[in-house]
Amino acid sequence: MNDLLRRMLFLPEQASDYARRVDHLHFFVIITTMLAATGVFATALFFFVKYRRRSDTDPTPHVKPRLVHEVFFVGVPLSLFLLWFAIGFPQFVELQRPPQGAMDVYVQGKKWMWKFAYPGGPSSLDALRVPVGRPVRLLITSRDVIHSFYVPALRVKQDALPGRYTQTWFTAERPGRYEIFCAEYCGLGHSAMLGELVVMPAAEFDDWVAQQRRGLALAVDAAPVPGDGVRPGSSLTEEGRRIAAEQGCLKCHTLDGTRHIGPTWADLYGKTERLQGGKTVVADEGYLTKSMMDPSADIVAGYQNVMPTFQGKLSPPEIAAIVEFIKSLGSTAVRSGPSEGPVYESIPRK
Amino acid sequence: MSPSLASEAPLVPRTYLNAPATGLRSWLLTQDHKRIGVMFLVATTASLFVGGLFALLIRIELLTPGPTIMDAMTYNRLFTLHGVVMIFLFMIPAIPSGFGNFLLPIMLGAKDVAFPKLNLLSFYLYVAGAVVALAGMLYGGADTGWTFYTPYSTTTVTKVAPILLGAFILGFSSILTGLNFIVTTHTMRAPGITWDRIPLFVWSIYATSVIQILATPVLGMTLLLVFVEHTFGWGIFDPARGGDPVLFQHFFWFYSHPAVYIMVLPGMAVISEVVCAFSHKNIFGYKAVAYSSLGIAFVGFFTWGHHLFTSGQSPWDSGIFGILSMFVGIFTAIKVFVWTATLYKGSIAFKTPFAYFVGFLFFLVFGGMTGIALATVSLDIHWQDTYFVVAHFHFIMVGGVMMAFLAALHYWFPKITGRMYPEGWGLVGAVLVILGFNFTFIPQFLLGNEGMPRRYFSYPERFWPLNVASTAGASVLAAGLLLILVYTLIALRWGPASGHNPWRSRGYEWESATPPPPENFAETPVFARGPHEYDEAAEPATVRGEPTHVS
Repeated sequence: MNDLLRRMLFLPEQASDYARRVDHLHFFVIITTMLAATGVFATALFFFVKYRRRSDTDPTPHVKPRLVHEVFFVGVPLSLFLLWFAIGFPQFVELQRPPQGAMDVYVQGKKWMWKFAYPGGPSSLDALRVPVGRPVRLLITSRDVIHSFYVPALRVKQDALPGRYTQTWFTAERPGRYEIFCAEYCGLGHSAMLGELVVMPAAEFDDWVAQQRRGLALAVDAAPVPGDGVRPGSSLTEEGRRIAAEQGCLKCHTLDGTRHIGPTWADLYGKTERLQGGKTVVADEGYLTKSMMDPSADIVAGYQNVMPTFQGKLSPPEIAAIVEFIKSLGSTAVRSGPSEGPVYESIPRK
Repeated sequence: MSPSLASEAPLVPRTYLNAPATGLRSWLLTQDHKRIGVMFLVATTASLFVGGLFALLIRIELLTPGPTIMDAMTYNRLFTLHGVVMIFLFMIPAIPSGFGNFLLPIMLGAKDVAFPKLNLLSFYLYVAGAVVALAGMLYGGADTGWTFYTPYSTTTVTKVAPILLGAFILGFSSILTGLNFIVTTHTMRAPGITWDRIPLFVWSIYATSVIQILATPVLGMTLLLVFVEHTFGWGIFDPARGGDPVLFQHFFWFYSHPAVYIMVLPGMAVISEVVCAFSHKNIFGYKAVAYSSLGIAFVGFFTWGHHLFTSGQSPWDSGIFGILSMFVGIFTAIKVFVWTATLYKGSIAFKTPFAYFVGFLFFLVFGGMTGIALATVSLDIHWQDTYFVVAHFHFIMVGGVMMAFLAALHYWFPKITGRMYPEGWGLVGAVLVILGFNFTFIPQFLLGNEGMPRRYFSYPERFWPLNVASTAGASVLAAGLLLILVYTLIALRWGPASGHNPWRSRGYEWESATPPPPENFAETPVFARGPHEYDEAAEPATVRGEPTHVS
């Protein structure tokens, strides 16, 4: 019954017990709505037929309402609506009160990606990993404009506000992968601000966290200067690819030559770009660096001035790594490997 | 303006259409509420088709999951334009400023509104606001959505100032019209029109006017604050500059939620008249309809927080706003029941305006019930900012306004023009519009259930089939509206003469000649019965007599 109604109403799968209970209220609301509407329309239809006009001069009686009508007209909808509310509001309050001991994950929305950080542990872009069966509290904020964190399968949504934290929570029931959307309009990449909720078996999740922590510790130990961010033991090009992915550059710049929110990086290095206002510029190291630090200075013709500055967010070695990576994407450049492929844990885009 | 002396021999009856003059200048400088109403009708109908064109472009873009005919920036500007044009240029002014201007003074037995010059100013403010907003959109148009949410709107690279200024000017047009209607209703009623004999159309327009003059200034203030932050960089809403991002939403919805009732109440005004006229019955509960309009206007001011359930406002606030929103539902339910009960023992003529009444009832019931479902807080969390909300407000607002607008257009077409529209084509148009509307928005309810957020330029493929269905429905709707435009234009020129009162309606407005003369009534009428009474023998509503003072 639950599944039949869910499919009839096009509702996504229910990834938590909360989602199932919200859906039950949904079904109740739909069924009572349909019954009430059928009542009104059947009555109206009956009147249309029974009292259809037979002659233009038909006299009609003056009909006045009685108290019983008034009580009915107000009482029936009021009690129905209050009944819905009496079920729905406690569910909402429950959603506002994370249980004690829930696992915390910090969620940061920014144009146009989701960042997830685990206290004292790893962080990831666009993929939120959680263990099955354990309550998870999300502490949500935004770095720029308002976004809204939305997982349809959980029936959970919470706005991400710049300058403050909001919270919500859930307990996922089954391992699986579920879509994360941004539900609050945030500009050019709004509909591309997708993420994925990956619900893992608890043991697998714990392994993943431990593994990530080890990797993090190694990176910190090995970094020549704290905060430098460029890991030794890897080519500068490979580091550039990793940093570009982590910083979200690839949300707007493609690597395969297709047009997106920003100009593609394929064959960009050394190319002569036409700018807004008619000037041209050669995309050399200087231009590429300037474009990261002061993106609004030279806008390529046909694109919008939407890129935020990375001044203070990228260290000089990181900038160098990204420039090297862009250089490696030229068709004449010697490639050490395929230039495509997953740059972080891949998310299948449906 | 001096009255024209160039009046020809009155072979044709003297009406507002040919007197005092017929030239363009005599229209553009007129102070006659009927002419101003007609100019508003022409302007708002043009806006409807412009906004409809944007809607079609949006639906075509959404035919495929990826880019179809435009890029993301164009799409974002288009849905902003669609919202701004439909809300500020069509739905808010269409019925009150158009039909309300034409009918309200006649229904009160008055010769004009209280302030005819302000009335004309209101029209030109509308034109100026429309020009500024549209010009601003064509030149570097805003991509913020009609809701202008901060801090997006104050940090976007597109130009938002012109569109804010346009909406700001339009607000004054709205305020002046509302002010005029309130004063006219209070001071210019003919003898015999006591407060319990005011036509229900006037009651609802009156309630609308109260909201217009109380809520619109808050919108003006809010738009100014956005303008100031966007242009001068003062920190009001942007937390990066020390502002509060949610404050804007409170300000904005404090106007924009009551604005929904600015749009729907005039629709209810029309429907109350139509249901009586086409069932030849007195309204089942006059006071219930009149007071529920005032009730909606009042409670509507205290429900804005139901737009903020996911914004992090306190659960306590959300609960209060949820409950209060349900009271709006109660008042609406009362009206639905009263209209349905009015049919009981009536004499129902299923003409085009009545077909739109049926459509109105349908959209109001489902639009209203989904509204209550949205006020049931936990369900809203899933639906907030998805296509379910889009479908809901299109049902209740657009469905309601469009049905009522078309009902009014057909019902008062003879009153305004002295001609009849083709009844057969009228019914075909009504069927196309009502079915097309359902085919467009029922898939969107399901898309919302499925979880598709609104304002998406591209979408995952699982949303594809329902988007195609919605676009197909939109084309039926467009065909219906075009059909109506074509036959009304033909009927304007070649329609058969309608006679004085083709519906045998007992509405007060039919007591003046059809089409009315410039002064509406040769002498002040005295009303001897209520506005929707069909029981007595064919007795006229007015008796000639010494005008007595009414307060």
